[in-house]
Amino acid sequence: MKSGLERKDDFEKRREKIKNLSDEELKKRFWELTEKIVEPLVKLAKNHTSPSIERSVLLRMGFNSIEAKAIVDEIVKKDLLGHGAGNIVLKVAEKEKINYLEAGKKIIEGYPIENLNYIN
Amino acid sequence: MKLDPKKKIDFNYILSDLHKYKANKRGWVWREKPESIKYGEHTYYDHSIPLKKSIPLPAAKYFDNIDPQPKPVITTEIASGRFEDDIRRMRMAAWHGADHIMVIRTTGQSHIDGLIEGTPEGIGGVPITRKQVRATRKALDLIEEEVGRPINFHSYVSGVAGPEIAVMYAEEGIAGAHQDPQYNVLYRNINMYRSFVDAAEAKKIMADANIFQIDGAHNANATAKKAWNVRPELMVQHAINSLYSVKVGMKPQNIGLSTVPPTAAPAPKLWYDLPYAVALRDLFSDFKFRAQQNTRYVESDTDEATITHVIDTLISALTTADIQSTITPDEGRNVPWHINNIRAVDGTKQVFNSLDGIKKLVKLDMDGPLGKMVRELKERAVLFLEEIIEVGGYFEAVSKGYFVDSGYYPERKGDGIIREKDGGVAANTIVERKPDYFAPVCSHFGNNNIPSKYKKPCDAIDGCTLCKPEKIQFIDELDPEDNVNKRIEFYLKDEEEGIIRPEAEWHGDGIVTVEMVIPTFTEAAEVAALEFAKKMNLENPQIIHKRVLHPAEATAFLVKGKLNSYIKLSDIKIIEKEEHLSDYEIENFVKKHDLKVVGATVGEDEHSVGMQEILDIKHGGIEKWGFKCYYLGTSVPVEKLVDAAIEVGACTILASTIITHGDVHKINMRKLDAICREKGIRNKIILIAGGTQVTDQIAKENGMDAGFGRGTHGIDVADFIVKKLKGLK
Repeated sequence: MKSGLERKDDFEKRREKIKNLSDEELKKRFWELTEKIVEPLVKLAKNHTSPSIERSVLLRMGFNSIEAKAIVDEIVKKDLLGHGAGNIVLKVAEKEKINYLEAGKKIIEGYPIENLNYIN
Repeated sequence: MKLDPKKKIDFNYILSDLHKYKANKRGWVWREKPESIKYGEHTYYDHSIPLKKSIPLPAAKYFDNIDPQPKPVITTEIASGRFEDDIRRMRMAAWHGADHIMVIRTTGQSHIDGLIEGTPEGIGGVPITRKQVRATRKALDLIEEEVGRPINFHSYVSGVAGPEIAVMYAEEGIAGAHQDPQYNVLYRNINMYRSFVDAAEAKKIMADANIFQIDGAHNANATAKKAWNVRPELMVQHAINSLYSVKVGMKPQNIGLSTVPPTAAPAPKLWYDLPYAVALRDLFSDFKFRAQQNTRYVESDTDEATITHVIDTLISALTTADIQSTITPDEGRNVPWHINNIRAVDGTKQVFNSLDGIKKLVKLDMDGPLGKMVRELKERAVLFLEEIIEVGGYFEAVSKGYFVDSGYYPERKGDGIIREKDGGVAANTIVERKPDYFAPVCSHFGNNNIPSKYKKPCDAIDGCTLCKPEKIQFIDELDPEDNVNKRIEFYLKDEEEGIIRPEAEWHGDGIVTVEMVIPTFTEAAEVAALEFAKKMNLENPQIIHKRVLHPAEATAFLVKGKLNSYIKLSDIKIIEKEEHLSDYEIENFVKKHDLKVVGATVGEDEHSVGMQEILDIKHGGIEKWGFKCYYLGTSVPVEKLVDAAIEVGACTILASTIITHGDVHKINMRKLDAICREKGIRNKIILIAGGTQVTDQIAKENGMDAGFGRGTHGIDVADFIVKKLKGLK
């Protein structure tokens, strides 16, 4: 196993810059620093999705877990997940003029979703 | 359907029509918190309202049977692998005061990419499925009605299927869940990007469903070589998950920090655990605290574990705990047993009852060493955060092994957990959302291009399952063999035939324990203990705890084994308990007739305790109801006892007889009867014999009016005398 950094306790040296802060100031600093760490994480989540997120969308649309998994697997295979699984299901439903739950089943059966119109 | 306290829960009902069942409620519920509340004659400041049905602490009988319910929600963790057995344990725990039932997931569920369906058996927990959750919630709906307090049902939203699990929980009425992407990264080796992206969606779903969140920071306690050294890091982990959750939309009051006092005796616990508890509560004043008892040091000694947990709960009382999690004292040696969930819940209730109002009586001295230690911990945590930013952020810090290092930060031992940014389970599975990304559902986090014709995203599908629960699809069973219906056949058959077997964990598992002290050197004693267990017909005996009393003199063992036997309920004869007259009725009668009794231990017998228990007012004896008692002492000849009775005009003679050698107790009873007949008073006097080996039947066969054995109290005797004199007997 790769080993991390080793370091002696240099607390006294490091605390120089914060030792004069009041308790309130220290608390404020604690949360400001945390905010700096968390911001990029939130941004990452806002503009990314995952197979689990998309399956959870399909569940909320009324698919069962077996259908949700099969639909997302198809979409991942065709590298279209970034458009949203629910979105693709609705596109198929609209194009074929069928109920969206039926559209989901068509995707599982291999419907050519790669031929639909997308904005990339 | 309502539960009958005299009947076991009906599984046929629980498992029927589940496809139609909708939980009674959604979201988290706190206990009611009055400023103060009276239970009996006592005022409490840190307690909630009473339950409708409950089992109080054993000592409650000395305090008008009150069962004060502490303010914090009390958690019990239940998951034996079979949820149908767990449901019965949930009912037991609710009667003792638990209102947060946490269900542990089966080993490996966090690596399953998707939902599990049906009711397969689990290992060290249960597979969390829609059917399992719905059936359990259905049972809890009945149980909460029975005890008269809402029950929060809780499990985990971790692993690679977090968002899906969160949806299922929101739909099925789960009230609390663990959610912390750092837990996935550090302890489940799930890819870090995937963990954080999934977590945001899961948290958004939980936030909208009012599901209370508990984080996973406390796991560093259980993993780091020196748990007390990771205290600065724990604050960092709590902060990252808490603020990430707030940014996603969770309210701070729905975010709970899972915190554990990190040490145990023989360490000087308070010097580590108290400053940490105070520092954490200072920094996280907007959030809630889920105080957990320590599991790290629990091995086979349940007494030791319980005492650690008492001190952990003392720390909660000295600071704050919104939820007090209880840990079964047997967690270190087996999947917890029924009895140990109850022990933990009762023990915690006992501590909170005892410490009620402690903060009105005792103040933490922040001007002494405590204040200095608190400040130092906070500074160390701030320095930790600074360095995460310096090295390039969270992901960079994890990949460099900053977390769960056993050094006391900024000290570093180089033994932290290292995770590759592109490694772990489900690496490279997140994708960027395209400009036309759309998710037509509620509770969705992040970029979503909702067409302008819709007011809310799920208008596009005429409502999502969160708005229209009737759209939820229920899958029953996928495996025809591994499911609850198969497992429960054995249980239902036993119920139908009225068969009972001992159990520790599952129905009819036959597990019993035997405690024994073996008086020889330890190594031999260990072998002997198992041999004795076999002689008791215990199958597969195992030593589950040993305590050396002295290396040569003796060792104590707790041995478990399977007793392969059963009893039919129809073969059990239950002796009906005598309904006593009221205190008032007895007292009035005794006073009116100025009743006197004489008592003694007869024959050559020096035992006096039993008789005193029956006579003495201090021990609840018959003096309490006004009887004048003449106690003649021990080794009293029967003749002398009869003479005394005549002299004082006693209505009753009480003869205690403990020694039974050569049937001397029976001989003395017959002699007493004979002398009373000789003196012509037999029809005017009640003769009662008592003693550990005496039964009513033996006494009556030997000329007595009644006999009282082991477990008799003054009231039994007083009641009998009055009824006899009233001609009711």
